[in-house]
Amino acid sequence: MTEVTDQIKPFEQVLKEQGITLVRDHTHILQVNTGLLCDLACKHCHIEAGPHRIEVMAQETMDDVVAFASRSRFKAIDITGGAPELVPGIVSFLRRLRPLTDKLILRSNLTALSDQQQDELLAVLAELKVVVVASFPSTSPSQTDAQRGKGVTDKSVAMLKRLNELGYGKEGSGLDLDLVANPAGAFLPPDQSAAERKFKSDAERKWGIVFNTLFSFANVPLGRFRSWLEKSGNLDGYLLKLASAFNPCAVDGVMCKSLVSVGWDGTLYDCDFNLAAGIPLAGQRRNVSELLEPPGAGEVIAVGDHCYACTAGSGFT
Amino acid sequence: MDSYYKPEDLGKFAEIGEEAPELAEKFFDYYGAVFAEGELTAREKALIALGVAHAVQCPYCIDAYTQSCLEKGSNMAEMTEAVHVANAIRGGAALVHSVQMRKIADKLSM
Repeated sequence: MTEVTDQIKPFEQVLKEQGITLVRDHTHILQVNTGLLCDLACKHCHIEAGPHRIEVMAQETMDDVVAFASRSRFKAIDITGGAPELVPGIVSFLRRLRPLTDKLILRSNLTALSDQQQDELLAVLAELKVVVVASFPSTSPSQTDAQRGKGVTDKSVAMLKRLNELGYGKEGSGLDLDLVANPAGAFLPPDQSAAERKFKSDAERKWGIVFNTLFSFANVPLGRFRSWLEKSGNLDGYLLKLASAFNPCAVDGVMCKSLVSVGWDGTLYDCDFNLAAGIPLAGQRRNVSELLEPPGAGEVIAVGDHCYACTAGSGFT
Repeated sequence: MDSYYKPEDLGKFAEIGEEAPELAEKFFDYYGAVFAEGELTAREKALIALGVAHAVQCPYCIDAYTQSCLEKGSNMAEMTEAVHVANAIRGGAALVHSVQMRKIADKLSM
């Protein structure tokens, strides 16, 4: 512990001092992390995904997830990674999940969709009206490339244009295209609505791109991002910044109250960040095949000090 | 004292209120109101503040408003342009005084 991190109280203690009990509401979102394989190795990645990773969801685990979704009826199913686009069997997985939920979401880094071999996946996304939530940290190419790798802006912009051509992000198309912007460094994200206005204006002016909603999220000090914070001498300052920005009101809106997350190997978590931190659902290691129904209202949520990232400022919902 | 300026000293700014609390309260209330979202966005105001911070060469302000600009969604290109605006006005303010020099020199010269 350094002098600065000594000043930061454990997240659990702060909740107690504020008289806040963090327990589940109704669980209506299923998040599925299909694996750590990714074509990029972004500096802010909390699960350290990359081209060298081999962990991907097996067919049997996909079957278990589909069975769980069948007996649970989630309002939304959110497919993430790594790059889900690179996971074998992803198209069939999406097709099987589609009838089981109102809203099926695919998180994309855009570059993994760019390969010509992904044409089938693109067509299926549009056919199934899958919501595409794409990472796009900044309308400044230097910031985007600094976070995600050289040349990523150009590839991302080309894919966003392609998605627009398919109808994504266009009013009345029924095809939602949302962007996610994580700060390109050790600083907090901007106010979401102000950032969305600027992104929409910049994206239209610079590239003629349209999208529906911008989500502006803080980077979570885990995985590769934590390593970068350490190497760049920003760890203490960033942790202090997150803890100082703790907003008790933001606890009400945190996603773990309504979400359950399944890792690539079927292990259940309260959220994708607990997955990265290795803290299983409610602190007990269980597999998706064992759960008869989603965790109930009032059930305890496992927390760690990384939870400060979801309660800083206006929060992470 | 090994340095007049230490980043952690910025956090002590509010201590000025210990000696003259009413004046400090008026100042900080005013300060907060100035930077609130208005006809100009909070992001635009932070960019102006960054430019002014360079013009008055205040290390505390440069530190605070560099972070503020980034956290309000500005990028380095925009921030650099803001500093150039400050520089142009500062440099221009020196250069435009050449009007005085020329006027006086004209009067004195044959």
